[in-house]
Amino acid sequence: MDEILGRYRLLQRAGGLIAPVVTSVMAFLVGGLVIVATTHKAPWGVYRGIFNGAGLNWILPWISAVDRTNAGYNLQQTLLVTTALILTGLAVSFAFRCGLFNIGGQGQYIVGAVFAVWIGSSLSGLQPAVHIVLAVGIATLGGAVWAGIAGFLRARFGAHEVITTIMLNWTAIWVASALLGQGGPLQGKNGSDNPISADVVDGAKLTVIWGDPLLQGLSIGIFVALAALVLYWIVTSRTTLGFGIRTVGKSTEAARYSGIDVARSTFLAMAISGGFAGLAGALDILGWQFRLSVGDVQASQIGFIGIAVALLGRNTAVGVGLSALLFGALVNGTSTRNLDPSVFRPELAGNLTILIQGLVVLFVGADVLVLVVLSRLRRRRA
Amino acid sequence: MTPRRLATSGIALGALAAWIALPPLELRSPMFPMLVAAGAAVAGALAIRKGATRQGRLAIAAAVFGGSLGVLATFSSTAHLEAVVGWSALLAAMLRYATPLLFAAVGGLFSERSGVVNIGLEGMMLTGAFFGILGDDKTGSWELGLAIGILAGGVMALLYAFWAIHLRVDQIIGGTAVNFIALGLTGYLFIDIYGNRGTPEVASVPDIHLSFLDRIPLVGNVFGQLNLLTWIALALVVVTAVVVFRTPLGLRLRAVGEFPRAAETVGISVFVTRYAAVVASGMLAAAGGAYLSIAFVDSFNQNMTAGRGFIALAALIFGNWRPLGAAGACLLFGFSTALAQRLAVYSQHGGIQIDVLFQALPYVLTLIAVAGVIGRSIPPAAVGIPYRRQ
Repeated sequence: MDEILGRYRLLQRAGGLIAPVVTSVMAFLVGGLVIVATTHKAPWGVYRGIFNGAGLNWILPWISAVDRTNAGYNLQQTLLVTTALILTGLAVSFAFRCGLFNIGGQGQYIVGAVFAVWIGSSLSGLQPAVHIVLAVGIATLGGAVWAGIAGFLRARFGAHEVITTIMLNWTAIWVASALLGQGGPLQGKNGSDNPISADVVDGAKLTVIWGDPLLQGLSIGIFVALAALVLYWIVTSRTTLGFGIRTVGKSTEAARYSGIDVARSTFLAMAISGGFAGLAGALDILGWQFRLSVGDVQASQIGFIGIAVALLGRNTAVGVGLSALLFGALVNGTSTRNLDPSVFRPELAGNLTILIQGLVVLFVGADVLVLVVLSRLRRRRA
Repeated sequence: MTPRRLATSGIALGALAAWIALPPLELRSPMFPMLVAAGAAVAGALAIRKGATRQGRLAIAAAVFGGSLGVLATFSSTAHLEAVVGWSALLAAMLRYATPLLFAAVGGLFSERSGVVNIGLEGMMLTGAFFGILGDDKTGSWELGLAIGILAGGVMALLYAFWAIHLRVDQIIGGTAVNFIALGLTGYLFIDIYGNRGTPEVASVPDIHLSFLDRIPLVGNVFGQLNLLTWIALALVVVTAVVVFRTPLGLRLRAVGEFPRAAETVGISVFVTRYAAVVASGMLAAAGGAYLSIAFVDSFNQNMTAGRGFIALAALIFGNWRPLGAAGACLLFGFSTALAQRLAVYSQHGGIQIDVLFQALPYVLTLIAVAGVIGRSIPPAAVGIPYRRQ
């Protein structure tokens, strides 16, 4: 009896791992088909180019010292992207636990970045630690308020959060563009006509722990992101707040009958989600970007990729961490700077990344189905 | 006066408050728009007290919006006002910007009335935009381009329908997947086929010139030179209103969206109805997208639909899942976009770029709309719930 139970548990646990892996493999396979169909190149070579561009070859023991140095640079950038993706992934996951689909991570990320660059580039002369905490805190709060609007509209009026968060995304993009653009209050006043903010002052920059501080070395932001994963796990599974949010996510009616304030849980779930995304914006600005341009605001995809990160990671802390690394590698490995153009055109690869994300989201829905079918078959046999 | 009529006159007064401060009348004292707006607000409040809550709130919203617009206008120079508010040009631009929204909103209406949420409208529009211009470029005719674009949107919708109806995947997640796939696929093919040169010049959908309208002052300039697809979109709204609410086919569609089990019991196939509705919605959204690429801007850009699919969805909710209401909302969004485009004159003297800031206007309006300024909208009862055959 114990043996059967043990085997069943193992199967379930393996199921939790197998499904995301199968999902990713399927998405990459279809992506490979697109490569073959359109460019007649071997997908294997393209994927290896992306792998190397992401700096993941750093872990291979047999590469030369020169290669390892370069791979180190690439890996540092990959981990920087991973840092942001962990947080934007959590922004989606946390709301998901409450049954809400936050696709506004992009807007919340932008709001965070705008506040971070505003505080970070002004108030020079402030104690560095105070300056950083202030900038990060206000950026996080900004993201929380931005998402909180959607949470409030949902709780008070029943407005669907998918639509409101998308609208808040575009509002954030245009307001930020006006603020940073020609004549905007946040445009750098150092004599240039570029639609770009002033630089973050040295005191507000995060400490770099690996690599060159000026050349996108890895900052302590990665530890903040890892701490956020732990915090996410604690809040969702070990606190009253998290219990309330999960209950609302499972059944609004049941939550209401057991005395949980549904409106409050909904609002807080969205606001905390937005806080994660705002934090991501702050860490990117203070950790390695140091300035924000209208182009950055309009081209950034970090918030959107968070959706695929959360879905593939199945809203668990470990899953989000791992899938953030996968997508971080994919994004950085296909960037114009890191992907060898003789292997594959980076602009193409960037779009391939979006396509693979879409396929991940598509198959995530279906893989849940596969699991349901499997478990039902098993039950019928038992 | 009946409460509804009271509310309607309130809305009219709200519009009047803005209008008197704008060309051609251009009253220069902020008192006039304020007074008229106050009248509008009173009418709205009375209507609410007499029970026409929804319309009354709309009248109060019109009072606030029209009044502040009017007051703002009195502070602006007349030269600027005339540059922004050329009525005929503004209204014609409104129709141009509303056209893609009309197609997508009507598409969304079919899908949602059958009980399937279609968050993927955005992606289906983008698919139509890309394949429309690709087909136009390869075949050299806009008719074939439009057909290919619509077909591509239909294929995308078919994929979504299979996922949402057969596999019963969460419709919001499935729709999001469609949006991502469309974004990646069109971006990929765009770069692969056209590279950095962009799309070439293509045969575009013609404008319809109505010469007999030329002599009528305002009407001639607004309706005299509209795109063929704009007319089709307007006609589509009327046809949809008739089909959905006045024909047996429409009754079946609505029955499936409200109470699928009952519909199945009387012999209507829920699956067939939903498949047809979703595919139709994809084709319509794609037509809206193709309008963008081969009739409006005559080129394609990555992610060129820029959230229009979602605005259309919001228009549908704003319009309470009814064709005429949704069309009204689309026109409102089209108007706000047209207005934002023309505000550039205000940022020529340095300072923040007003026109960039006002690009956010349609999105903010959408937020206000779905927040239910006008009271809660009631969706089809079975929307979003996958159907299981028994």
